Amino acid sequence: MGTRAKSAVLSALIALVLALAWHIGTLPKGPQAAGVDPEYAKLMGLDKPKGDGLPTLAEVGATAWKQVSDPFYDAGSNDKGIGIQLAYSLGRVGLGFVLAALVAIPLGFVIGLSPVAHGALNPFIQVLKPISPLAWMPLALYTIKDSTTSSIFVIFICSIWPMLINTAHGVASVRRDWLNVARTLEAGTVRTAFQVILPAAAPTILTGMRISMGIAWLVIVAAEMLVGNLGVGYFVWNEWNNLSLSNVIFAIALIGVVGMLLDLAFGWAQRAVTYAE
Amino acid sequence: MSLFGNPYDARAKLSCACGAHATQAEHDEAARLDAERLSARALEEAAMRALFPKRAERRRFLSAVGAQAAAAAIASVFPLGALQAMAQEKGKPEKRDLKVGFIPITCATPLIMSSPLGFYEKQGLNVTLVKTAGWALIRDKVMNGEYDASHLLAPMPLAITLGAGSAPLPMHVATIQNSNGQAITLAMKHKDNRDPKKWKGFKFGIPFDFSIHNLLLRYYLAEHGLDPDKDVQLRVIPPPEMVANLRAGNIDGFLGPDPFNQRAVFDQVGFLHVLSKDLWDGHPCCSFGVQSAWVKQHPNSFAALFRAVLNAAAMAANPANRPTIANAIAPANYLNQPPALLEQVLTGKFADGLGNVKNVPDRVIFDPVPWDGLGVWILTQMKRWGYVKGDVKYQQIVDQVYLMTDAKKRMKEEGIIAPAENPRKIVVMGKAFDKAKPEAYVASFAIKRT
Repeated sequence: MGTRAKSAVLSALIALVLALAWHIGTLPKGPQAAGVDPEYAKLMGLDKPKGDGLPTLAEVGATAWKQVSDPFYDAGSNDKGIGIQLAYSLGRVGLGFVLAALVAIPLGFVIGLSPVAHGALNPFIQVLKPISPLAWMPLALYTIKDSTTSSIFVIFICSIWPMLINTAHGVASVRRDWLNVARTLEAGTVRTAFQVILPAAAPTILTGMRISMGIAWLVIVAAEMLVGNLGVGYFVWNEWNNLSLSNVIFAIALIGVVGMLLDLAFGWAQRAVTYAE
Repeated sequence: MSLFGNPYDARAKLSCACGAHATQAEHDEAARLDAERLSARALEEAAMRALFPKRAERRRFLSAVGAQAAAAAIASVFPLGALQAMAQEKGKPEKRDLKVGFIPITCATPLIMSSPLGFYEKQGLNVTLVKTAGWALIRDKVMNGEYDASHLLAPMPLAITLGAGSAPLPMHVATIQNSNGQAITLAMKHKDNRDPKKWKGFKFGIPFDFSIHNLLLRYYLAEHGLDPDKDVQLRVIPPPEMVANLRAGNIDGFLGPDPFNQRAVFDQVGFLHVLSKDLWDGHPCCSFGVQSAWVKQHPNSFAALFRAVLNAAAMAANPANRPTIANAIAPANYLNQPPALLEQVLTGKFADGLGNVKNVPDRVIFDPVPWDGLGVWILTQMKRWGYVKGDVKYQQIVDQVYLMTDAKKRMKEEGIIAPAENPRKIVVMGKAFDKAKPEAYVASFAIKRT
């Protein structure tokens, strides 16, 4: 058996043990109505088997199947299928991310090429970078006056820094020799930027984009839980209201899977631009 | 404005519904004009019918004098213009598509049920109810105009108008959404610790600073000798998150809205220590509010909303309708709670968490009139706890914000019985309140921040 096969078997075993522990830990207790006034028991929902909060594996499975089998239903402005919720979240993340890239990559070029710009902008970047994106939310709501645009702004502000810093770093560390060769061949500034610096810095820039996308996906869930109204984060919040943990667990798993797919996509793009020196 | 149109909305089309207009907006405008012309026509037709009950006579009259002359003759006898204007006052909202915010609690029953039960539609409105995560967010979205109207806590419009906790912005309260219907819920571990005097160091959840919950809990604690600012901790927690916090042991109890009191009981994490009704029978809880400027810009839309919610409140006031309402507002689109749970809250037959079945038909009541005395009481408590400082013109502010006279007038127009005076005297924990003497009332308390 190769290493890969061994890992796969081990992975499956871990999953099985976890599932079994979950199943045993959440087995519902039988009707607890013994010795209680039957009317009271009915009002408390004690006449039927009732778990003590955590749903069983089968319940989560049934919930997941129900959500996945009808992902695009629309039962009103506050109740839509998980596919629609996901589309809203991805739309917000995509828009905020693209806007951030449009600002961060050109700005990163400038900072990477000009030590003066680097010195001038660095203090701002250092102060703004560590701010939790959600801390911007009250200010954004107050000034932008629209909750959807505010959440897109929050995505924008959180995904701009890794891209900016990585682009600047990638551009600044392009090998001098290559720039000198470009100059000897009398390539113009624009040509040098697009044909020498951009390809050389591309792997670093994509690393920044990959980190940014990871952060953006983390933040959108929190932002939507805060401002609500459609999106995966809103879905989690809405089911939390109902204390429906099986839906919450399903959503957590879904957020994980989508996050992984986004990361894989950027990983693939990164490999495509990597070069061997 | 939302950056995303809803791509899954079945009604979103590239042209309009009938295909004859370029956009849905144009189609709607044409339909509206059509409706206006038709309603004018309907009035004229009714007048003709009244004058000439027999069709043959009407035909003979018309062919004898000619349609033009007939119209002029009838107009001279009947005030058709005035009749048309009256009909129009009811029939033409300036803005049909409205966004109304709400928190998923039973306090919002009238404004939520108006959607599934068709009260908005009947007034020619297309209302989108937007579920919102907390009161601060509701305040921000009302103030920035994202919501046309909203579910608000009864003290919030007063606070916003005065600029307490926000920039000042004139607000109106059209109706009180519900009265009573709250409770103090304590964690199970305190079931043998029911004497408030022993609650020093407790942590309580409240939905918002400017809530009747905060004011009532402060009042209750102070009556038992505890200073709410020093002896206990009051934490603002959005209502939906109260049960989770109680379960996690973050708080010892909360004075919160239903269904979350009953939900704590149902999930066996808490019990109902006392219903808010037993502190003050008839206290207001939530309200239906709008910016004053919005009313000026959309008088007819506002009137239509007002009528819808008043009619809904009248339906909710009848206990016989409560199970139907519980089922209408239970789905995930609205409260997202089991109907059986909402029924316990709305019908007043409920489990108290300590093994008893209680029967309290007026656990929650629906009296939509924003009585001025209620507003004055709220202001006295805001003054008492230092939320507003200096001279407060109690009656003047309440008259400006709470549209009591307006609500009574519109109820009469809708054929709903509206008493001239508040049918319930304001008596809070055995102490009567006189709305004419607010300053003396504030001064009468031992524990206060003034």
